[in-house]
Amino acid sequence: MAPLGIKDSPATTGSSPQRPGDGATSAARSRRPLRRRDRLRRDSFLLLLGLPGIAAVILFQYIPLAGNVIAFKDYQPYVGIVESPWVGLANFSVIFNGDPDFLNALANTLILSFLQVVFVFPVPIALALLLNSLLNERIKRAVQSVLYLPHFMSWVIVVAIFQHMLGNGGLVNMWLRARGMEGFSLIGDPELFKALITSQVVWKDAGWGTILFLAALSRIDVELYEASAVDGASRLRQLWHVTLPGIKGIIVLLLILKLGDVLTVGFEQIYLQQGPVGLEASEVLDTYVYTNGVVGGNWGVAAAVGLVKGVIGVILVLGANKIAHLFGERGVYSR
Amino acid sequence: MSTPTLAPAARPAGRRRRTVHGVTPPGYPVRALKGVVLLICCAVVVMPFVAVISTSLAAQPQIDAAGGYVLWPDNPNLDAYRAIFANGVVTRALAVSIGITVVGTLLSLACTALLAYSLSRPGSFGAKPLLLVVLFTLLFSPGMIPSYLMVKQLGLLDSYWSLILPVLINGFNVIIVRSFFLDLPQDVLDSARIDGAGEFSTFVRIVLPLSKAVLAVTGLFYAVAYWNSFFSALLYINDTAKWPMQLVLRTYVVDNASIGAQSGDITGEFLPAPQSLQMAILVTSIVPILVVYPFLQRHFAKGILVGAVKG
Repeated sequence: MAPLGIKDSPATTGSSPQRPGDGATSAARSRRPLRRRDRLRRDSFLLLLGLPGIAAVILFQYIPLAGNVIAFKDYQPYVGIVESPWVGLANFSVIFNGDPDFLNALANTLILSFLQVVFVFPVPIALALLLNSLLNERIKRAVQSVLYLPHFMSWVIVVAIFQHMLGNGGLVNMWLRARGMEGFSLIGDPELFKALITSQVVWKDAGWGTILFLAALSRIDVELYEASAVDGASRLRQLWHVTLPGIKGIIVLLLILKLGDVLTVGFEQIYLQQGPVGLEASEVLDTYVYTNGVVGGNWGVAAAVGLVKGVIGVILVLGANKIAHLFGERGVYSR
Repeated sequence: MSTPTLAPAARPAGRRRRTVHGVTPPGYPVRALKGVVLLICCAVVVMPFVAVISTSLAAQPQIDAAGGYVLWPDNPNLDAYRAIFANGVVTRALAVSIGITVVGTLLSLACTALLAYSLSRPGSFGAKPLLLVVLFTLLFSPGMIPSYLMVKQLGLLDSYWSLILPVLINGFNVIIVRSFFLDLPQDVLDSARIDGAGEFSTFVRIVLPLSKAVLAVTGLFYAVAYWNSFFSALLYINDTAKWPMQLVLRTYVVDNASIGAQSGDITGEFLPAPQSLQMAILVTSIVPILVVYPFLQRHFAKGILVGAVKG
C-alpha cells in the first residue's frame, strides 16, 4: 500500500541493494543480492541514525497502546498496571448500559461532528473555488496569506479572541449597546454552544483548509477548460464538468479522514469553554475521558471509553476507504 | 495563470467572447461580488487582531470612554506591557515557553531529519518496515489515558521533558522530509560516497545543505506546535510555576482571573485598564507566531508541503 502518495524510489523495489561507494565494485558481487546479514551490517550505522526518532515513536506511540489493557483492569495507581486486578468488561458497562453522562457526551460529539461536516467542510471548497477564479495572482496570494493566519493560532488564543470580541462585555456587544441596539449573548449560552464551536472552527481553519483544494485545482489541465469552451460550455458548466471532477478525489479523501475523526471533536477548544455553559451542552467524549480519568481517577472507565473511541475511528477510516474503492475512488491508500 | 493567453474564441450566438485559459472572465457584477466576499472574509480575520493589539496599546481614558475595547489607539503607550512584564508570572511563563520551543524544535528537527534520512536510502535494511511503523502512527493514537500513564511511569510529570518527548516525532513531518530527500539528485550522494564519505558525513555535508527549505518549514511547524501546546501542559504540569504561556493565557484572558491579585509587585501609580493587560498578554502570545509567519508563508508558495501530500 502506498498511503497518501508516499514516494518510493524505484531503487527500493529493485532486486539489487548494491550501491556505489560500498567499497565493492567487482562485477561478481553486484550481480547477486546481498544476504540479510550483510545488508544489516552495511546499514547498521544508517539504522543508528534513525534510532532516536524510532525510539521516541515506539516509546510514546506504540508502548502506550499496550497500556490500553487497563480498560480491562481495575487500575490502581499505587499498585501499577501489571499488578492491578483484571475485571473483564466491567469498565465497558458505562457504554453497554448507557450511562446517562456517557450518552450525553456521545450525543454532543456526534451532533458537533455532523454540524462540522455540514457547515465546516464545504467552506474551504467554496473559498478555494473563489480564490482559484481570481486571475490576479498577487491579490490571490495576499488573500491567502491573510486567511491562513488563524490556523497557526492556538485554541487558547482563538477562544480568548472570541470571548473578548463576541462575549457579553466584548467589543461587538459594546459597540451595539453604545448605539442603543440590543446586545446578544453568543458566549455562555448553552443553546448556542454548538453554533459557537462550529463558527470558531470555520474562523480558524477554513482558510487553511483551502490549501489542498487549491493544489488539486492547480493541477487540472488547462486544455480541458479550453476544449470545453470551444464546445460552448458556460462557466457554470465548466465548474460542474471540469472543476468539480478535478477535485473529487481530494474531497473524498478528506471526507474519509473526517469520518475517522467523527468521535473526536476539538478537546482543547471545548474544554476551554465548558465552564460557563455546563456539561450537559458541552461534554464530548474526549472531555469525558479527561474528567473521568485524569481528574476523577476512574482510570479503567476512561481508558475503556478512549479505547472504544479509537477502535471505532480506525474501523471507520478503513470502512470508508473500502467504500471509496468500491466507487472507484483512490481513497487514503490504494489497494 | 499569471500570463493570460487568449485562447481562440468560441462564438456561440455570434458573440465574440474572450477567454483566459478557456475560462470566460466574468462580468463586472460578478467580479464586484467576489471582491466584496473576499474583503469581508479578510476583515473577519484581521479585525479581531487589530482590536486586540489596539486595546493593548490604548491609554486608560480612551478605553474607559469606549467601554472596554478600542479599534485604534489615540495615544498608544506600552504601560500594559510594562505592567505584565513586571509581573513575575507572565515573564516566567514566557521564558518556559521560549525554552520549550527552542529546545523542542531543535531536538525534533534533528531526530526527524535523521530518521527521514535513514528511511530514505534506497534498499537499506529495514527501511520498509520502519517506514510502516512511522506511517501507522498517522492512523491511530494511543489514547489520552495510556499516554498520561506512560509519562507518569517514566517519572516525567511536572518535568519540562513531558512537553517535548511525547511529541518529539511527528510522523507527517517525517514523511515530508523523507520524500524531499528521495527527490534529491541521488548521483550527488553516490559520488560523495565513492569519494569516501560515510553515511553521516554525506548527511551533514551534502544532504542537509541541499534541504534547507524543507528543514526550515518543518522546523517552523514544530516550533509553532511547541509554542501553541496547551493540552500536554494541562495534562502533565501541575506545578503552576512551570506553566507555559498558553496556560497563563487561559487563566488570565479566558478565565478572567484578576491579574492584580496575582502580582503584588506591579510598580507604578495605577494599573492600566484590565482589558489592556489581558490584551497585552494575548498579544505577547501571538507575536512570536506573527514573526515566523512570513517565513512559513514563503514556503507555502513553493508548494513544498503540498508536493509531499499529493492525493
